Amino acid sequence: MTRRARALAGALGALCGLGLTTLQAAPSTEDAIAEYHAMFGDENPAELWQIRGEALWHEKRGPRHVDMSGCDLGLGAGVIAGAYAQLPRWFEDTQQVQDLETRLVTCMTTLQGLSREEVLKIKFGDGEKKSELEALTAYVVTAAKGAEIRLPMQHPAERAAYALGQGVFYYRAGPHDFACATCHGETGKRIRLQTLPKLTEPAGAQNAYTHWPAYRVSQGELRTMEWRLQDCFRQQRLPQLKFGSEVAIGLTMFLAKTAEGGVMAAPSIKR
Amino acid sequence: MSDPMRIRAVMLGDQVDVKILMSHVMETGQRKDAEGVVVPAHYIVKVTAQCNGRTVLSADWGASVAKNPYLSFRFKGAAKGDKLTVTWTDTLAGTRTDEATIS
Repeated sequence: MTRRARALAGALGALCGLGLTTLQAAPSTEDAIAEYHAMFGDENPAELWQIRGEALWHEKRGPRHVDMSGCDLGLGAGVIAGAYAQLPRWFEDTQQVQDLETRLVTCMTTLQGLSREEVLKIKFGDGEKKSELEALTAYVVTAAKGAEIRLPMQHPAERAAYALGQGVFYYRAGPHDFACATCHGETGKRIRLQTLPKLTEPAGAQNAYTHWPAYRVSQGELRTMEWRLQDCFRQQRLPQLKFGSEVAIGLTMFLAKTAEGGVMAAPSIKR
Repeated sequence: MSDPMRIRAVMLGDQVDVKILMSHVMETGQRKDAEGVVVPAHYIVKVTAQCNGRTVLSADWGASVAKNPYLSFRFKGAAKGDKLTVTWTDTLAGTRTDEATIS
């Protein structure tokens, strides 16, 4: 319980003439997170990643010594406003369906000439080990704030990615015989105190998808959709989800498509 | 090198409303890594804010302040356009200074 909550509980106890012992009902985790969020107001430490990402985007880097202004995220070279709300999508140059993170890797390798290995050395940051990819992701995602999720879904490969993602979502596997749908296929489910969104229908998917990437308070890190998905796999005790794999992008596609019509509000703050 | 702070300073009546986000690991020195080795302490011990040559905030911090700290405070005696300078110093003698214009 926070000091303020304790003080409040004490004050309430005094007001109601009750002993503190009768007021053991602690506020739920969600209340505590909401209170924490309220203290921040509109501020979010995710901005620290966004600022770093913005600088990285405009910095001339790599052997070719160019910035990222030539990077096409689907809406034309250098256009980042709203781009995240229309990903994943088919890219003609790579002949692949790509999400934001894999597309950023493409730009960093093909435009700037950085090696894929170098770019992916720190996929997910940890304290002093900072990820450039996460910072760039934060920058691009922030530029989609307020944009409505709308996927092109024209190319057969995009539909195939969706179908693959949908298939994986319902596919039970691993020592727990879990599928994504085991936890995220019904309303009102929770793990410990975390309520789980039903990701198979628009309302739940929109609420979840529009709020990722997010600053994860318990880790003090900004976490991306790729991170979120690989952590779901870990929690299900499935084999490690490969970064940028067809499965990772398929699942993202399935979630994004289900969340279509939702308005991007990421990066947000999560517990 | 450490990352820049995000400083917002806005006039609210006769007060300046300041909100600062700092990028720092704030390691307590009590945590062990995956190999069981103690992660050395590394946290901010001093934060100062100056405006028009006057120190408007001076804070001694310890290990219990969160990672990527957020600091919010208000002060009087400044006007729109004035510069606010914020500096932190940590246990490893690392320091960072950033500036914002009051709007």
